[in-house]
Amino acid sequence: MNSNLSAIWSLHAELSLVAVLLVLFLADLFRRPEGNGRWFRVLACVLMAVQIGLDLTPDTRELFGGMYVNTPFTSVVKSILSAGTLLVFLQCGEWLGRKDTRHRQGEFYVLTLSTLLGMFFMVSSGHFLMFYIGLETASIPAACLVALDKYRHKGYEAGAKFILSSMFSSALLLYGLSLIYGTCGTLYFADVPSLLEGNALQAFALVLFIAGMGFKMSLVPFHLWTADVYQGAPTGVAAYLSVISKGAAAVALAIVLRFVFPFMEGQWTLVLAVLSVLSITVANLMAILQSDLKRFMAFSSVSQAGYIVLGALAGTAQGMASLAYYIAIYVVANVAVFAVISTVEQHSGGLTGRDAYRGLYRTNPRLTLVMTLALFSLGGIPPFAGFFSKFFIFAAAFEEGWWLVVFLALLNTIVSLYYYLLVVKAMYISAPEEGECAVGAFRCSPGVRVCLLACVAGICLLGLWSGLYDGLTRWAELLPFDKVLAGF
Amino acid sequence: MEYTIWILLLPVLSFLLLALAGMKMSHRVSGLIGTVVLGAVAVLSYMAAFDYFSLPRQADGTYATLIPWNAEWLPFTGSLHIDMGVLLDPISVMMLVVITTVSFMVHIYSFGYMKGERGFQRYYAFLSLFTFSMLGLVVATNIFQMYVFWELVGVSSYLLIGFYYTKPEAIAASKKAFIVTRFADLGFLIGILIYGFYVGTFSFTPTETGLMQGAMMLPLALGLMFVGGAGKSAMFPLHIWLPDAMEGPTPVSALIHAATMVVAGVYQVARMFPLYIAYAPDTLHIVAYVGAFTAFYAASVACVQSDIKRVLAFSTISQIGFMMVALGVCTGAPSHEGGLGYMASMFHLFTHAMFKALLFLGAGCIIHAVHSNEMSTMGGLRKYMPVTHITFLIACLAISGIPPFSGFFSKDEILTACFAFSPVMGWIMTLIAGMTAFYMFRLYYGIFWGRENKELHAAHVPHESPLSMTFPLMVLAAITCVAGFIPFGHFVTGDGLSYDIHLDAGVATTSCVVAVVAIALATFMYARSEQPVADALARRFPKLHRAAYRRFYMDEAWLFVTKRIIFRCVSRPLAWFDRHVVDGFMNFLAWGANATGEEVQPMQSGRIQSYVMWFMAGIIVLTLMLLLCM
Repeated sequence: MNSNLSAIWSLHAELSLVAVLLVLFLADLFRRPEGNGRWFRVLACVLMAVQIGLDLTPDTRELFGGMYVNTPFTSVVKSILSAGTLLVFLQCGEWLGRKDTRHRQGEFYVLTLSTLLGMFFMVSSGHFLMFYIGLETASIPAACLVALDKYRHKGYEAGAKFILSSMFSSALLLYGLSLIYGTCGTLYFADVPSLLEGNALQAFALVLFIAGMGFKMSLVPFHLWTADVYQGAPTGVAAYLSVISKGAAAVALAIVLRFVFPFMEGQWTLVLAVLSVLSITVANLMAILQSDLKRFMAFSSVSQAGYIVLGALAGTAQGMASLAYYIAIYVVANVAVFAVISTVEQHSGGLTGRDAYRGLYRTNPRLTLVMTLALFSLGGIPPFAGFFSKFFIFAAAFEEGWWLVVFLALLNTIVSLYYYLLVVKAMYISAPEEGECAVGAFRCSPGVRVCLLACVAGICLLGLWSGLYDGLTRWAELLPFDKVLAGF
Repeated sequence: MEYTIWILLLPVLSFLLLALAGMKMSHRVSGLIGTVVLGAVAVLSYMAAFDYFSLPRQADGTYATLIPWNAEWLPFTGSLHIDMGVLLDPISVMMLVVITTVSFMVHIYSFGYMKGERGFQRYYAFLSLFTFSMLGLVVATNIFQMYVFWELVGVSSYLLIGFYYTKPEAIAASKKAFIVTRFADLGFLIGILIYGFYVGTFSFTPTETGLMQGAMMLPLALGLMFVGGAGKSAMFPLHIWLPDAMEGPTPVSALIHAATMVVAGVYQVARMFPLYIAYAPDTLHIVAYVGAFTAFYAASVACVQSDIKRVLAFSTISQIGFMMVALGVCTGAPSHEGGLGYMASMFHLFTHAMFKALLFLGAGCIIHAVHSNEMSTMGGLRKYMPVTHITFLIACLAISGIPPFSGFFSKDEILTACFAFSPVMGWIMTLIAGMTAFYMFRLYYGIFWGRENKELHAAHVPHESPLSMTFPLMVLAAITCVAGFIPFGHFVTGDGLSYDIHLDAGVATTSCVVAVVAIALATFMYARSEQPVADALARRFPKLHRAAYRRFYMDEAWLFVTKRIIFRCVSRPLAWFDRHVVDGFMNFLAWGANATGEEVQPMQSGRIQSYVMWFMAGIIVLTLMLLLCM
């Protein structure tokens, strides 16, 4: 094992995250629990920003005998995840500053960063055990996060549902891993491919593995926890689960499938194709019926996960790049929507129904505009970033011959436009029930403003900045797959 | 020369500032911001021109083409990528000077002209947007960037024509301008795509191999691009939008619809000139014929219009026709061997921009004074507005081709080039030049001499405009007096080598004589308050007069084509298809989605046991599927 300083340095993303986590943990001990804790929240955001800045050095490294593999592509993905986490932190300020939650701020940050750390290890793993540890590090604190409002009935119900289904899916995933170990005798990503022969047992293991990851990404039919958990969890946590957790799982799934199962490509692409079409379609159908915006966004995120899978389905470097690109753009748009939902919720005494948004245009025009742009981007209307991300991901899948899947996904974008525009219609056109909009005019806190500004900038500019997609493609080509394939 | 990027950035910053914060400023502040920024841009452009032409010539005697700033925006393949950048070569530098000069003058002029108008800040914001787009167009490093900015100037032109958006005519005119030019731009876009596909680049200077591959398709690609140019430059039969565009504020007409945007088509042909000469000389001659016909048509219509801005609009169309002809009659790049027209065209573009802007701004002063565009409300205005009168006269003499004003020199070069191409073309263009002199002096006499509308002038005494409006007139008049003596051939020629402009004695004499005769005729017919000859002619040929007044029914012809043929045979079936098939499909999707949504709703029961059951069911089905498929 290589233990000199440069080897440690290649773990800088994880180590700096641990450092941030520890600093916040210690700072929390010296904080007056009844204080507002504004400086603490600022500290968390600043530390997170510094952490992102430190991690912008993509390089290729293997550590611990190949258990940990960092590539420029995973570095970029980690940066995207960290940036998304920072956006979530910014938008959570208002909620955390509330009288009944302010004493739990420390827990929130430490738990969130622990899950992020788990995801970092998950996307960089080179061994199934490492992968599983990362996955669990990302899952267990997430359940605590969901149940952060533990005295609210919905909160602890959501937490219980999340931990129970999470346990179940982990057990099955572990079962799948044990089958792989049983048939191959190793768990190293680099060694497994040559030992796979695609027999029934391994196919079953593959399905179990995809199901476990499908649970994290909330793909149909493993998605049923999503709506209940998003609705019951604090809105900031729901935002975090819907973008960061999902994004990390998607990248990990795509990397493992291409890296470990290259010779079973015919099988996993079929499974992914079915899951993708099912997720997009079923989630769209369900989203139409929702009137609570948090539930609505839960189904929206399920359907977005279906689109993300298209990138993994393509399996090429272009597909990987489109996937990361899609996630980056999905992060800004979805965080923006959740930020609006969360601030409206904070300032209106917990209103999250779509009817409460009727006439929001008149009371909060700027917030409405942000929400509109974000929904347009989620729906894929040009020239907003969401159009380009959908375009690239469709193009990647189309080039690999999945034209039927792409066609069905395209049809579904029409349906998705319908329900995204329902919200826009409520905000601009529908008359409020009682003359005035249920949500009065208010001013957002500075943190939310910064978050929304960053998101709007992302929505408007990321699509036009071709360098991003270009760079992702170049880095995705550097992934070690082809090196592995060339060996056999 | 990296500072040239600021020539593009400053106007766009000023646009953003005025558009976002304009309504919070007073009129004066917003106008000052726009004008000062434009002044700075003009200074930068002069610096760029000075620096560029001070550079030593290359070994082969040409000025180097510089790209001080370039960013790859959308890469497709190794050679095919869309860039955004700044390209400096003799014609782009010349255009920078023209655009910023006229735009700066218009900015100053608008202070007086638009004083107190509603939407003053919006006006200045749009002016900045237009200037940015036009500058971006001329410094484009590749055909696609040119297209992007080409559309941007179209948009800003649309916004400015429809500036008085409460007037239905203005709305109709802005729509017409946008649709007609947009329709023509379709040709441009297809041309670009063909060019990109076959030549494998969007650059103006493709590689040898690319040209070998695409040589067959180049005439078609260039021809289609010229369709776009013809739309923007109002060539027959796509000219119909320009006369209506006069509904916009007069300074806008001066800037966009006389000096800069409408010559974009000429600039485009000049930009692609090396390719035309080498690969598509026949296409180039088509340009010449289109230009010649347009010049003649517009000149004949201009002879009978009574709205002074319409006369100037048709005169613009006719003069752009001259520039197109000059480009089209080229048979080679070197100035001594058939390439004189290139230099002549660019020279005329330069001088025309100045004196036509001057004419429009003068017309603006007149309209400001009598509150009408109709010639019948004018007459005898020379007593009331001396500065406008003198400057307008200078511009009229210039456009008629009377030495020593600038128009004489550039028009003379065009005629020389035409005679070199074929004597017939030369005589036709000389005749049109004579018509130009005639209708310009008809206009001049109609405004400043002729029958004075005493009744109206007694009720409201016309007055000279404020200094903010007369100052630009004087500047432009001064330029018009001296611009002819610029050694233009030293800077801009078809092959890039220096060329000494020398007057062809025969051509110069003929054109002068023709112009003087035409002016004398106009004086005889229109200078006095009684105009028996003109009235008699109109009575003698009523049909011809009426047809010319109605612009030979071109608008009606277009309406017939669009309303009767396109709407009925294409749009109606398409609308039916859209309403029944496309919408029907969407409605079906919506209905199906709602109905199935209700069906799958029970899956989401809220009970964790059933969730786990679905989870297991999913795994089993997927496994079975894999096993059965293997």
